Amino acid sequence: MSSQLPQPSEPLPAHQPEAVALSIRGLAKRFGSKIAVNGIDLDVPAGSFYGLVGPNGAGKTTTLSMATGLLRPDFGQTMVHGVDVWKNPLQAKKLLGILPDGVRLFDRLTGEQLVTYAGLLRGMDRDVVTSRVQDLLRALDLAGDAGTLVVDYSAGMTKKIALASALIHAPRLLVLDEPFESVDPVSAANIRDILRSYVNSGGSVIVSSHVMDLVQRICDHVAVIAAGTVLAAGTVDEVRGDGSLEDRFVELVGGRSTAEGLSWLRTS
Amino acid sequence: MVADLVRLKFTLLRNSLRRSTGQLIGLILGGLYGLGILGFLVAGLVLLGAADPEVIRSVVVIGGSAAVLGWVVIPVAATGIDMTLDPARFVTFAVPMRQLLTGLTLGGLIGVPGAITLVAALAQAFSWIRFPAAAIAALVCGLLAVVLCVVASRLVTTAISSLAGTRRFRDVSGIVTIIPLVLLGPIIGGITAGFQGSPGFAAVLADMLAWTPLGALWAVPADVALGHQVQALLHFLIGVASIGVCAWLWSVTLGRALVTPAYNAVTKKGAGNLGWFGRLPGTPTGAVAARALTYWMRDPRYSASLLTVPLIAVVLYFAGSQGDGLSAFSFVGPFTAFLLAWSISADIAYDNTAFWLHLSTGVSGQADRAGRAAGLLMFGIPFALVFTVVPLLVSDNLQHLPVMLGLSAGLLLAGTGLSCVVSARYTYNVPLPGESPFKTPPGTNFAMFGIQFVGWLVLLVLALPEIILTVLYFVTGDALFGWLTLAVGILLGGVMLVLGIRIGGRWYDSRGPELLSAVSVNK
Repeated sequence: MSSQLPQPSEPLPAHQPEAVALSIRGLAKRFGSKIAVNGIDLDVPAGSFYGLVGPNGAGKTTTLSMATGLLRPDFGQTMVHGVDVWKNPLQAKKLLGILPDGVRLFDRLTGEQLVTYAGLLRGMDRDVVTSRVQDLLRALDLAGDAGTLVVDYSAGMTKKIALASALIHAPRLLVLDEPFESVDPVSAANIRDILRSYVNSGGSVIVSSHVMDLVQRICDHVAVIAAGTVLAAGTVDEVRGDGSLEDRFVELVGGRSTAEGLSWLRTS
Repeated sequence: MVADLVRLKFTLLRNSLRRSTGQLIGLILGGLYGLGILGFLVAGLVLLGAADPEVIRSVVVIGGSAAVLGWVVIPVAATGIDMTLDPARFVTFAVPMRQLLTGLTLGGLIGVPGAITLVAALAQAFSWIRFPAAAIAALVCGLLAVVLCVVASRLVTTAISSLAGTRRFRDVSGIVTIIPLVLLGPIIGGITAGFQGSPGFAAVLADMLAWTPLGALWAVPADVALGHQVQALLHFLIGVASIGVCAWLWSVTLGRALVTPAYNAVTKKGAGNLGWFGRLPGTPTGAVAARALTYWMRDPRYSASLLTVPLIAVVLYFAGSQGDGLSAFSFVGPFTAFLLAWSISADIAYDNTAFWLHLSTGVSGQADRAGRAAGLLMFGIPFALVFTVVPLLVSDNLQHLPVMLGLSAGLLLAGTGLSCVVSARYTYNVPLPGESPFKTPPGTNFAMFGIQFVGWLVLLVLALPEIILTVLYFVTGDALFGWLTLAVGILLGGVMLVLGIRIGGRWYDSRGPELLSAVSVNK
């Protein structure tokens, strides 16, 4: 491990509310006998495009759920722009837009109704909601399917409509769990453009993914999580050093096996 | 390969039991229930051995035909009732068709219904104990009839599973097929009346059924016992041919299902129609109400209960049509009010993990509770009104209108208030979004029955003032008590509703994440 990397074990300095979009301190969660998240510290600088990478079951989703107020942590604290998510949830949720992974949507609504619903639930004005819904549907290329029930959407369209629901109230921090999974390349590129311009205008984004290439290309910061702890965190260049992010990831997480055992699989 | 498929079915059963003790208890209860039924059946069949061969014939043929019909109809009503060996899952494996068919047939016998049918079919031989040749025929034909049950049932499942791939079909079929099931009471009533009306009715019915695939095999032992050799042969041939035809059709549909993935035809629709979201107030409460109303129309799990309410009225009409004066039929209104109010008591469980949207938007507990209650009451009040007035009108009892309206109002309003509290505090497993509304979810256990039972008791207590006034009204016959019931029903019910929304809202606010975790268990 190179020396300029912040070590997860040494305590991070106290957060400065304005410079840090999301600040996580000592977050931990146990499910039965399994410790899913083991005291995570993380700082997402304001205006950054932050990647959260880790193998399956590393605790990414659990961490993000706790950070966004969906899952009550056993220990720890989360601040969104200086607002404590668990002490002051209403105020924090106004700043947060989230796209959870592996949950259902109210899929018997049409796409248009679902996004409108998300806006109205937040107490937004109906006229504002209506015009933003149309903008979002156009930007995400869903205008033609706005009147189709979400249950009849493809997986990629479902991701996009959920993203639209997360964007409707113009949050300051977007937390996206696996946003590009099963999204076609064109839509993925559109989503990336939207997110990048969102970051350029001062918003912050945190995405979880296990596609290293993607994270290396679109993110400026990255944290590697495995077995519920942060193995490395910092700017992408700091974390990856000289090699690619994927090599660095494999080096940190381990567990590569060689393909020598499958000699019979060679067809010639 | 056949053995593998049977073993797979056993493994699936065992692993599903290992997942939760609730499910194990469910299977044990189901098994005990099945054993009880089986005990009755076997005892009945043995006792039947003392009766006249004609009587035995009628009972076995009619009962057996009902069993075959049940195997065919039930999978349609409960799509997904047992899709553990869904043919679609074997698409990627190159299992020879013949072995796949045999394996799936044997697999279909594993489980409580299969075991009961098999044992009862074999026990049927006891009924013919006085006629050895017929008893042997009963053993053979009983086994064949069980095969017919499974094959016909599998044919139906396979045929609808390709259709069932389309969401619309799933939505509609799950609801529509419940109609004959609910009307089963009146139908059975009609058949019973037929039995009572003419002594020969059963024999005639059995005669007819014996020439259909449903009853042919069951009729063979009787033919042997009565010495009708030619008829026995003909019935036997009909039965075997039925099995053959069903098996052939099954292999054809299965072959097609294996190469045709389910396809869901969807028409694209553009923006512009917000439905209820455009009509109700643009507030969080209004939005929740609009969502609830939309779901009452579009989600079969909700619309099924909309359909069962009128059906219950029909059933009660038949049940209470004899005699005059007040009957069960006059109480359709209060009963409807009670059912409607209780129907949102598991609302968050019905949302399943989609509930995260409410949680992440930080919508207040009161807005959530009030919206769901408003969505229900917007059609629930007219519903309860119609179902209270019309029966009284039909049975010419309109002078009882005030007391009945009061009782309905009290039950509907207080019940809705109670549901607002219950659904914010207690969750239990319900059918998942998109599943058949009548599917019993895994792990349906004491939690569900306990919550329902205690909830109903509490509702009785909450509506006690109205109930007492109603009793006083009917005892004294004083119209004053009728009007008092109406006033108390509306006022007290209203207070209960507001209290329910308040208390439920407070619970919701403090337990939001826990609610989401609770409903995420079943997904």
